[in-house]
Amino acid sequence: MFSILRTIWYVFLHSFQKRVTVQYPEEKPYLAPRYRGRIILSRDPDGGERCVACNLCAVACPVDCIALQATEDETGRRYPEFFRINFSRCIFCGFCEEACPTYAIQLTPDFEMGEFHRKNLVYEKEDLLIDGPGKYPGYNFWRVAGVKIGGKDKGEAAHEAPPVDVHSLLP
Amino acid sequence: MTSPYPILSIFVIVFAALTIAASLIWVERRLLALWQDRYGPNRTGSFGLLQVVADAIKIFMKEDWIPPFVDKPVFILAPAIVFITVLMSFAVLPVAPGIIVSDLNIGLLFFLGMSSLGVYSVVLAGWASDNKYAFIGGLRAAAQMLSYEVFMGLSLMGVVLLAGSFSLGAIVEAQRKLWFVIPQFPGFILFLIAGFAETRRIPFDLPEAESELVAGYHSEYSGMKFGMFFVGEYMGITLISAMIAVVFFGGYLGPVLPGVIWFLIKTFFFICFFVLVRASLPRPRFDQLMSWGWKVMLPLALANLLVTGAAVLIWR
Repeated sequence: MFSILRTIWYVFLHSFQKRVTVQYPEEKPYLAPRYRGRIILSRDPDGGERCVACNLCAVACPVDCIALQATEDETGRRYPEFFRINFSRCIFCGFCEEACPTYAIQLTPDFEMGEFHRKNLVYEKEDLLIDGPGKYPGYNFWRVAGVKIGGKDKGEAAHEAPPVDVHSLLP
Repeated sequence: MTSPYPILSIFVIVFAALTIAASLIWVERRLLALWQDRYGPNRTGSFGLLQVVADAIKIFMKEDWIPPFVDKPVFILAPAIVFITVLMSFAVLPVAPGIIVSDLNIGLLFFLGMSSLGVYSVVLAGWASDNKYAFIGGLRAAAQMLSYEVFMGLSLMGVVLLAGSFSLGAIVEAQRKLWFVIPQFPGFILFLIAGFAETRRIPFDLPEAESELVAGYHSEYSGMKFGMFFVGEYMGITLISAMIAVVFFGGYLGPVLPGVIWFLIKTFFFICFFVLVRASLPRPRFDQLMSWGWKVMLPLALANLLVTGAAVLIWR
């Protein structure tokens, strides 16, 4: 009997406590920097697309919401011809970001993507591509990769020694 | 003490009761939210007050579906009964000196009789729905309300002994010196608990226990028929709160402010208490509820009556 009265009293004391509701449209909730929201494609510091169209994100995606087509430019640099994310399927798991070898695909702390038509939730490459490097400011895949593309031969990447001339090692 | 304008009183009281009952939907949601550290409806209109209007529009627009397997006349009659019985009880309620529909000399008995008739709505709703959950809800309601009515009446008899009248107007006037809550404190507690059971509110909402019985006796109801049960429940809360205020807390008596204001303040206080209890307490098991009613509350009510009777005999 006493515990019932005590319960009522404790509940009454909640009248004077702060309310936990976040009044959403006026008051935005805090989103952590690594919050998994809207997916973007970032660019390297030189302004080129980071995505090399390796398809690892599409393979990692558990709901198959990423579709892309790889192609190459005249210098031999790979990039996606189209890159399409169907956000009506996306579950924001972040596996694509983990799979990406070039830090191109990233999840951002933004979730306000409501639409009236489901079609509008299919984002094309121009919707996904941003101007900046996202979470990894200094990183440029083609500068550190040992791959040879137009304008950069083997051994010319950062932190890379020129290839050893095996013939010079002859006694 | 009868009203000079009886017809006007009827309209005022019916209108006020319906308005209060409808706005209680908003009050309850806001208060529950307050005690759960939330805001509740605060978007429609200032403070969310227009939520009541929105809810009313929604419920009127809904399809009034009568399932094919129900007993149609009884199914339609049931929600009307809950409304009528509660509204009839408001007739004997002295809101202020002169504002009363009919100051019957058996007002208290009339109130008890009407609340007994209210059981029919629940039982018939459960029976007519032809649904096991509704039926169990109706059975539970019948058992619960009948057993809690017994000591509800008995808990009020102490007040009747002290006031020497069944008329609610006379009971209020008898409290000019001292509110009956002080000499009749056990009676007040008993009546409060019985009132919770009569209005089928948490912790006595077993007839509509949504975690076991879907929605209990009104599982099959939709649209405005469900709305009638809903508003009927809120009117029941208003009625019981007003009765507590009238019988134990001196009704419209109070300094400075006019009688109506005092009546409303006291009534609103107990309405808030109803909501507070809903926010705090879980519901008991049904056998616990029944044994609590018959083995604890009924003997207490009888003992209270016995002691009050003896005291009245000795000092008067």
